[in-house]
Amino acid sequence: MIEQFADTIRRAVSDRRTLRIRGGGTKDFYGVALDGDVIDTRAHAGVIDYEPSELVVTARAGTSLADLETVLADKGQMLAFEPPRLGPDSTIGGVISAGFSGPRRATSGSARDYVLGVKVMNGDGAELRFGGQVMKNVAGYDMSRLMAGACGTLGLLTEVSLKVLPVPRTELTVRLELPEADAIATMNRLAGTPLPISATCHHDDVLSVRLSGAEPAVAAARASIGGEIVADGAAFWESVRNQRHSHFVRHTTLWRLSVRSTVLPIDLGPTLIEWGGALRWIAGNADPEKIHEAATAAGGHATLYRGGNKTCGIQRLAPGMLALQQRLKQALDPHGVFGARRLHPTF
Amino acid sequence: MGKPESIDALLPPLAGKAELVRRLAAVLPPECLFDATEDMTPYECDGLSAWRTVPLVVALPQNEAQVAAVMKICNEVRVPIVPRGAGTGLSGGAQPHSGGVTLGLSKMKSILALDPVARTARVQPGVRNLAISEAAARHGLYYAPDPSSQIACSIGGNVAENSGGVHCLKYGLTVHNLLALRLVTIEGEILELGGEGLDAAGYDLMALITGSEGLLGIVTEITVKLLPKPQLARVVMAAFDSLERAGEAVANIIAAGIIPAGLEMMDQLATGAVEQFVHAGYPLDAAAVILCESDGTPEEVAAEIEHMSQVLRDSGATECRLSRDDAERLLFWSGRKAAFPAVGRLMPDYYCMDGTIPKRRLGEVLKGIAALSQQFDLKCPNVFHAGDGNLHPLIMFDANVPGQQERAEEFGARILELCVEVGGTITGEHGVGIEKINQMCVQFGTAEIETFHAVKHAFDPVGLLNPGKAIPTLQRCAEYGAMHVSRGKEAFSDLPRF
Repeated sequence: MIEQFADTIRRAVSDRRTLRIRGGGTKDFYGVALDGDVIDTRAHAGVIDYEPSELVVTARAGTSLADLETVLADKGQMLAFEPPRLGPDSTIGGVISAGFSGPRRATSGSARDYVLGVKVMNGDGAELRFGGQVMKNVAGYDMSRLMAGACGTLGLLTEVSLKVLPVPRTELTVRLELPEADAIATMNRLAGTPLPISATCHHDDVLSVRLSGAEPAVAAARASIGGEIVADGAAFWESVRNQRHSHFVRHTTLWRLSVRSTVLPIDLGPTLIEWGGALRWIAGNADPEKIHEAATAAGGHATLYRGGNKTCGIQRLAPGMLALQQRLKQALDPHGVFGARRLHPTF
Repeated sequence: MGKPESIDALLPPLAGKAELVRRLAAVLPPECLFDATEDMTPYECDGLSAWRTVPLVVALPQNEAQVAAVMKICNEVRVPIVPRGAGTGLSGGAQPHSGGVTLGLSKMKSILALDPVARTARVQPGVRNLAISEAAARHGLYYAPDPSSQIACSIGGNVAENSGGVHCLKYGLTVHNLLALRLVTIEGEILELGGEGLDAAGYDLMALITGSEGLLGIVTEITVKLLPKPQLARVVMAAFDSLERAGEAVANIIAAGIIPAGLEMMDQLATGAVEQFVHAGYPLDAAAVILCESDGTPEEVAAEIEHMSQVLRDSGATECRLSRDDAERLLFWSGRKAAFPAVGRLMPDYYCMDGTIPKRRLGEVLKGIAALSQQFDLKCPNVFHAGDGNLHPLIMFDANVPGQQERAEEFGARILELCVEVGGTITGEHGVGIEKINQMCVQFGTAEIETFHAVKHAFDPVGLLNPGKAIPTLQRCAEYGAMHVSRGKEAFSDLPRF
């Protein structure tokens, strides 16, 4: 398989064509453009090393997310960044390349935080190895975490090593009826307490809070927070994580704003809030300029996640930063063979 | 240890020392610029004190504008820049360049903003690691990464090295606890990386800069995440009559679904060295001592401590002691934190290694180190961040005895190569610097090293930032002797695969 990938890449370079790296295609909706000939990673699949007591799993990039999660669940472990499962064909390579994280992100960290090492094929068809299968590794630049969220524009991921964590012993979800501004204040207040909170979500005047950990700890935290216990909390968080929640289903155009958690409600459309206030999913067709301005004023950035006019939804980069990112793309993909224009119109 | 590399790629400086000093004096106040040897002696080394070089000039800017001005001048006249934080680094990353400017960030030590609601602090690079937690304490918050040198080391240095600490299995490394950076490029341009939100736009340059050892730019401002201080922490000290059993106990704890706040191991030589120094009450007849800490709410800690103690006893612990109060908890930890100076009291010199290995290979690696210890005839106590597989063998030697320093260096190099052989890495948290530059050729092949140089070129095309550190030239690797093939790649072929 590796030889086939290398041949395809070298041929594309010599024919001056670009390649679009694709796993299950569950994130084809995402990105600025889908240029290039598809290179399908799914035949390069399989968990190749997993030792639960190391908290490390290594899998080929084409391994399906579902298969990987099944292997981990058998040993009581999980991907703690809770990547969205956007379809049965989703692959771990696609998950890391997109860099998406789910409800647990604010307290447990992001997809890139859990990357320990990668194998990545460059434009010469050479497979390079960065990072490793250990928790701490500062030898050389951190190329492996750079690959997370690069949307396949810097090389073809062939293998990833990820840190995994044990599944919490108990989880419990409570709901509190609160308008948006009060919910934002509450989420930030709770995050400043040492309670075992693992996720928060606000939508339609309801704040949902998930508690995770040992049973007595969860019970004590629940007593201190109050609210009403949600009977099927797990199903609720699945719907948020997998973007099957009505907010994601109902709206075709969806903006994703990464902002300071304390920012007051951004009144530009129906909103679902996650990550303790730091992630705002804003639906509808508000003026893109206003959305970008609001995100910048809130110390963050906006991305048109889905629908709408893609060219208006590109993440804004300051001129110096844009130039640096272009140089980096040029340095790592000098032939310009990988995923042109997926992440930005210029790289 | 690698000898500092000449920087052949550099053009000769376009100005002599006098001209450089004249230009720097135009942008820095007199108290921020040293060019006399006697003033520059304190800067001749960092924590790797075996190597000393007096720099051409020392510049200590007070603000970002001065940093940018120094960078512009050095870029124009083609003079190398070596950034320096508190100078506590152990790998020689701040080792001066005899023809370069040592750029110290120690005067930039203000906490610029602390937002207790959003739980962030915006600080200058010279702020000490511990000072952030001290400033946050009145809000019930702290900054989690806690390298052992945290009373002295600076946050800017932590970013340069991606520092860890004894709590990083649960709370992550520096890279996991940063939100934003301001970076001055070699051209003197100021870039903002990351932001106040959790994710950054475009490529994740935060991860790339963290741990880049000052080769890509100068960090002038850092926004860190603050965490609520756990209500309670307790530690179990467990003794074992063999290193193998202690290693198994570590694996059993993780396999039981526990992520301890800290999980440390010391061998008998190490406990013997520290016990006479701090009287922490370590059992001296034990082959290994494990410290296993739980933190959180009282309910969480009670449940976790019970679970941990059970696993440790089931794994064959000969003794388990639980800290009764915070004073005793700190006493148990004091030995671990004082391990380096304690060893330093027993021998004039010691050389601290920093390899990381898969935990399941621990027994084999410790046996290998013991065999090397006999071969080189040098004692080597081991302290070990057991939870994350980061080993700190401390090679004891006396530099005044002819040949011992060379033997210690060779011994250290062999330990790092052993770490790579079992699937680990040459450095977990101390960085490559000049110390492990040769071993980079063991860990990485030509194509990877070329990739590192391509990244460097995108940030610093002439190669003026901290030249000769962290990333070896291909020429150096060729001279070191094609080690990647002979001891690296082929050695992986017998790795067990799932």
